[in-house]
Amino acid sequence: MATITLTVDGSEHTIDADAAMPLLYALRDDLGLNNPRFGCGLAQCGACTVLIDGQPIRSCVTPVGAAQGAITTLQGLATDGEPHPVQQAFIDEQAAFCGYCINGWILYAVELLERNDNPSDAELRQAFAGLKCRCGAHSAILRAVKRAAGDIRSRRA
Amino acid sequence: MAAYDVSLDRRSVLKGAGALVVSIVLPGPAARAAPATAILRPPSPSQLDSYLSIAEDGRVTAFFGKMDMGQGVDISIAQIVADELDVDFEQVSVVMGDTARTVNQGGGSGSTGIERGGVPLRNAAAEARRLLLDLGSEALGVPSDRLATLDGAVFDRNDASRRVDYRELIGGRHFDVKLEWNGSYGNGLIASGMAEPKSPADYKIVGRPFPRRDLPDIVMGTHEYVVDVKVPGMLHARVIRPPAAGSVPVSVDESSVDHIPTARVVREGDYLAVVAEREWDAVRASQQLAVEWSESAAAFPDMDELYDHIREAPVVRESAGGGRASDIAPDIEAFNAALGTADRVVEAEYEFPFQSHASMGPACAVCDVREDSATLWSGSQKPHYAAQGVARLLGIPEDNVRAIWVTGPGSYGRNDAGDAAMDAALISRATGRPVRVQGMRHEGSGWDPKAPASVHQVRAGLDARGNVVAYSFRSKGFSAGDVESNESNPSHTYAGLVSGWPLAAVHRFANPADRYELPQKLRYWQTIAPLYSGASPLRTAHLRDPLGPQMHFASESFMDELSVAAGADPIEFRLRYLGDTRDADVLRAAAERYDWQSRPSGATGRSGDVLTGRGVAYTRRNNSVVAVIAEVDVFTATGRIWPRRFVVASDQGIVMNPLWLRRTLEGNVIHATSRALFEEVRFSNDNVTSVDWLSYPILEMADAPEEIDIVLVDRPELPPYGAGEPSTRTITPAIANAVFDATGIRLRRAPFTRERMRDALRSGT
Repeated sequence: MATITLTVDGSEHTIDADAAMPLLYALRDDLGLNNPRFGCGLAQCGACTVLIDGQPIRSCVTPVGAAQGAITTLQGLATDGEPHPVQQAFIDEQAAFCGYCINGWILYAVELLERNDNPSDAELRQAFAGLKCRCGAHSAILRAVKRAAGDIRSRRA
Repeated sequence: MAAYDVSLDRRSVLKGAGALVVSIVLPGPAARAAPATAILRPPSPSQLDSYLSIAEDGRVTAFFGKMDMGQGVDISIAQIVADELDVDFEQVSVVMGDTARTVNQGGGSGSTGIERGGVPLRNAAAEARRLLLDLGSEALGVPSDRLATLDGAVFDRNDASRRVDYRELIGGRHFDVKLEWNGSYGNGLIASGMAEPKSPADYKIVGRPFPRRDLPDIVMGTHEYVVDVKVPGMLHARVIRPPAAGSVPVSVDESSVDHIPTARVVREGDYLAVVAEREWDAVRASQQLAVEWSESAAAFPDMDELYDHIREAPVVRESAGGGRASDIAPDIEAFNAALGTADRVVEAEYEFPFQSHASMGPACAVCDVREDSATLWSGSQKPHYAAQGVARLLGIPEDNVRAIWVTGPGSYGRNDAGDAAMDAALISRATGRPVRVQGMRHEGSGWDPKAPASVHQVRAGLDARGNVVAYSFRSKGFSAGDVESNESNPSHTYAGLVSGWPLAAVHRFANPADRYELPQKLRYWQTIAPLYSGASPLRTAHLRDPLGPQMHFASESFMDELSVAAGADPIEFRLRYLGDTRDADVLRAAAERYDWQSRPSGATGRSGDVLTGRGVAYTRRNNSVVAVIAEVDVFTATGRIWPRRFVVASDQGIVMNPLWLRRTLEGNVIHATSRALFEEVRFSNDNVTSVDWLSYPILEMADAPEEIDIVLVDRPELPPYGAGEPSTRTITPAIANAVFDATGIRLRRAPFTRERMRDALRSGT
């Protein structure tokens, strides 16, 4: 067991945990956060995605002892309860069915649009390689991310 | 999601005429701390109050005995109730999937959420409006035939200033009025009052687009899933499944997990699980527990001999009728006689693999078993039946089990959720603690009940002019129901089977659903024995649009083959046999939107690295009709098939909510495209080897279509029919037909993987 400090959605937490335990279990069990979810435990689907210093990572395979940096979860994307533009676009486009996979799509989109606010269709599809959605929300997700890109561009303009 | 005070006996509240409606919504954790020992009885199907209530503030709650798997069914239920009751849509909330608060309307099942599930709600709301007019008449001193309703109030048509709000008439109190109930539970449940529901011409809310209400929370990361349910004192559990089908533990070295804090082993006969206070410790214990297993009792055929096995296996049941009906002998002689008059005979055989639900997350359930009662939180589509199953497993009265549906990690039929419910119940009883169990990925993909593999043999005779004179369609495959979709029998679960309940396989299959008026149209099916009759990872059960993709891949590919043999355009060929029907209209609507040019399939010049083709398919499912045109690119170097564009025309009666109808159709197109192109359960001689997303690949964003163009064929004169699944079955044949059009190659084995397509392109067949 090790004493580990995590910075999650702007708050610091200290936990006692096996440093090899995946970050996902620390977020869910120690911190009581629900939104990162177990999908595969193999970094094959994205349901457990969080951002560390802005980069999407799979918390199901990231040892909690190695989770250094500012962690942002889907829930932590909002500012004072206001949805992030990507979240707003997913709501506006109604881009989810069961939504169990949603962490990966939204957080990868956030990271992509940070560095490229006008991605081509091919760039979008490439950015989402390795993410799974079993219900088939893909078309709606593409529309949502394109809409979010437009919103972000117009805010920056 | 809120949880509810489980100590409330709803029926006793309902019995009290005029009793106040007790607020039964409590914050989650507090509610879950409440004792689960109270005996809960489900609401009565013959009470109006079982379907809706009007609170003191005028808000309406509809109690819906099904659930929604992300297709917006609950939104349409709210639309129905709001329209019948003349209240604002936003005033109506919907409670669903809780056995203590809703009658058993069958859960998520067969795309009947609105078609059947909406019926008692509509009738109850109409009856409530009739009663409100009576109450309003008394309150206003105006005869009820001079009254009307609008925006949650009754008013005098001669003097609109004379009005009284519903909340003043009934708010916070029960109607205490009986409905006529047909005595059925499940999908067939009908209850009606004296009032006649409105004519569709008077609908103001039905037919308009509404967003889903749970979606903002999902997107903001605050929606509660079944994996998030926490109960005080809860243990985390993992089931230890055997490395091969039918292996049982010979010895278990419990000391192998001694080093993991709080971990312990649960063993009930051959059923094995581990529990721990923390989830990660339960996971570790499941990975590290040393178990010696017996030899496998299964002997699966080599995977590449699966279809030969199906062809050669003895027939257990044969019928020309529906799967649940009694057997009807196929009239093969009459078909043969007609075939003898044919100018030409066309025949083909199609093969479809086992497929997995492979839900986004492995199933999870939480169960709190007490001495004589239990509470279950489950993502099951059928919480009412799951509660019955848990009661039977535990040997306690049905009414003593409350099941609460909470959004699961994907819901496409009888997936692993039904197994997880029983696992949680069994382990909770064994440990005397509330238990949360979730599978690991290899269980979600490897051990969920599968869609059955099958072979379909189709033959037809054509006369000299290319008209069909005889048609025969034979399906042979594994039964669709080793595991019944209804979860009330422990024999249909892993925990039940391993702990000694006998397999209760039902042999059934079905015939394609179409309205082709073909002469001597013979269709029948044959089922064969399961590959292993215990707790098999190849047990079969319902997966979205059960049997639909299998059968219609064959039937609609073959219609294309016939049209080619007849030298006809595939749409015109189909229309020959559809007459003047809704079916023909839907096919024409798709053709018009696509700008379909008449020519036979495959009659295109082919050159270049990317070959493009178009393919059509049409199917029915119960009362819904779908036609799909797929446009595909085939990449000759890699064998990649990209269905770039779909046109989907869909007639499901009156359109309830065009926004979520479109989304639902889109989701089905993509899910079915994944199944057509990628999905095949792999197995060894004793276990399933498709255990993750690498060994069971599904469609990713790169292969998602560029466009799904949807034509809603609105039929306001008809009731709403199902749309949750019907389009699914149309996709595989539409893609296969488009591939033929592009390449001249007829794909007769699903899925259409790159390897298969590349091999076919190389060999030219």
